[in-house]
Amino acid sequence: MAKTRVIEIEPITRVEGHGKVTIHLDDHNNVREARLHVVEFRGFERFICGRPYWEVPVIVQRLCGICPVSHHLAASKAMDMIVGAKKLTPTAEKMRRLMHYGQIMQSHVLHFFHLASPDLLFGFDSDPESRNVIGVIDKMPELAVQGVMMRKFGQEIIKATAGKKIHGTGAVPGGVNKNLSIAERDGFLRDIGKMKKWAHGALDIARKYSLDNLMAVQAFAVFNSSHLSLVREDGALDLYHGNLRALDAGGNIIFDQVDYRRFNDYLMEEVKPWSYMKFPFIKSRGHIDGWYRVGPLSRMNTIGFIDTPEAGKALAEFKNLTRGMPNHMSLAYHWARMIETLHCVEKIEELLNDPDLQGTDLMVKGERAGEGIGVIEAPRGTLFHHYKVDENDLVTFCNLIVSTTHNNEAMNRAVKKVAQDHISGKPKITEGMLNHVEVAVRAYDPCLSCATHAIGKMPLAIELYDADGNLIDRNSQYL
Amino acid sequence: MKKKRISTISLAGCFGCHMSLLDIDERILELVKLVEFDRSPVNDLKRFKARCDIGFIEGGCCNEENVHTLRKFRRNCDVLVAVGQCAVMGGLPVMRNAIMHSDDPLRECLETAYLNSPYVYNPTNDIPNDPALPLILDKVYTCAEVVKMDYQIPGCPPSGDILWQAIVALLNGRPSDLPSEVIKFD
Ligand code: SF4
Repeated sequence: MAKTRVIEIEPITRVEGHGKVTIHLDDHNNVREARLHVVEFRGFERFICGRPYWEVPVIVQRLCGICPVSHHLAASKAMDMIVGAKKLTPTAEKMRRLMHYGQIMQSHVLHFFHLASPDLLFGFDSDPESRNVIGVIDKMPELAVQGVMMRKFGQEIIKATAGKKIHGTGAVPGGVNKNLSIAERDGFLRDIGKMKKWAHGALDIARKYSLDNLMAVQAFAVFNSSHLSLVREDGALDLYHGNLRALDAGGNIIFDQVDYRRFNDYLMEEVKPWSYMKFPFIKSRGHIDGWYRVGPLSRMNTIGFIDTPEAGKALAEFKNLTRGMPNHMSLAYHWARMIETLHCVEKIEELLNDPDLQGTDLMVKGERAGEGIGVIEAPRGTLFHHYKVDENDLVTFCNLIVSTTHNNEAMNRAVKKVAQDHISGKPKITEGMLNHVEVAVRAYDPCLSCATHAIGKMPLAIELYDADGNLIDRNSQYL
Repeated sequence: MKKKRISTISLAGCFGCHMSLLDIDERILELVKLVEFDRSPVNDLKRFKARCDIGFIEGGCCNEENVHTLRKFRRNCDVLVAVGQCAVMGGLPVMRNAIMHSDDPLRECLETAYLNSPYVYNPTNDIPNDPALPLILDKVYTCAEVVKMDYQIPGCPPSGDILWQAIVALLNGRPSDLPSEVIKFD
């Protein structure tokens, strides 16, 4: 049997959570296999059973401190069904939306400025010592400050709607527990113009990066795939609510306007022995071909338009690049993410000017049900929460499919493609080459904390093994 | 004054404590003047470069890798601080220790996730077991059950303001003067 070596990148840095990459090489340093592993396991789906349902929206966000609001709201939407709240009051729905837009804004900004920008600004092969947010602070202080202040704005919105910046309590089954005061509103309105300007600036950086490096962006970690997201009934981008739409690689509809409460008729998850993170697939296409992508890039592909003017224009330009066909470039996730950031700022402005946010009718209730499903577009993609509750109000069943999990197959393909393109056949493996692999993973902004829930959490690592599976080397720069 | 060297890690935590550290917002510009960052998930140092003055630990231990990492931090840092409920008391992950009427909570959790879920496609009926995956511990342990910890900062997460005050106090070798109502647990 031919010998292989395995490289391990561990931990993967500048991603949220812990993960590890293994790359198997043969005698000629050709890449045989490359895998992204989620290495931690929590067991949430089991240990939440037996807890009262109203605790869930508060507990579940502790799976993930990066976008806790997404879990908070997905669980609250599921619990709305349990308490029979068919339609929330306008104040409740708008407060939740405001919270959600604040959340996506802070998460996208964090990803772009704090985690990914060092690769884009300094280069994938640049000095690892300063290839980080502190490097950005040193070399481009003005830009770094914008990132910090934009994230702060999003976090303050969350605090004003949820009570706390991280792990708040604002949404409750059937509604919310507070409205927005005039003083809070005016504080945000004072800064909104600046936020919009900076959101445009960040979008320009991401857009320009893609256009200036088009050849590289079109080649880096590119592969065809299906795409899935929620869309509004008229096909617009809606990050809080909608129906499921999936497109194949050529842009043809696989299914459309599916009520998300029926998602388990359409999706399944495969278990593979080498990762705690499962592999979801579209049932009708089978477990081999049924994989797909989610998140900002997929949303830009699935939706018809954006209903806020400035992000709407940005989307048109984005779609023009691929002449309206689905965009499959992993690095285009960054551009898509910044279009959404601008959209969130526009939506926040629209909501702040809506007097419904000062309403006092916060809660509704109806006929009690035994099963609840909540789905939302989280920063990283579609997030599914499914619960069953018994007559004593205790949870008896829980299943979550978190955003990052949907991209499991895609991230594995990205890792393999980049390893083949940048490592295969090279006599010596450098830190810069391995960082290329991490750049591919980072494009997906994986929240490995989230993916841990039932599943696992990944310190991202690269290891080198021989054909018998013995660990030969960790890249020396990493030792 | 020589810059203090600090290092941070997330073990079995949700990264919320790290996010809370970023909630010091513009004070981060001051922080980078006071300290030098060694190994941390926000930069690309994957191994320690030098001995550190302070190590901040988020999360407790739920697998063998967490234990190795925590021990490495203990060996390489003069002062070790448990940040947040997970590091101090185990937090949400520790709920798996307390599944009622179960002799083997870990197995129950694994079976629920990989074998018994109605959405799962698992023709071989295997639970993930690849050698690349670290062994899961029988239960979740707090940091202090594994190594000696010097300080703890409670909260889930402790807010950016609390972290800022605690860090400044630590850097100056002074006791932190947080009012007790700020340290309340939520
Ligand atoms: S203490 Fe809270 S915020 Fe910190 S890691 Fe644990 S769950 Fe997350």
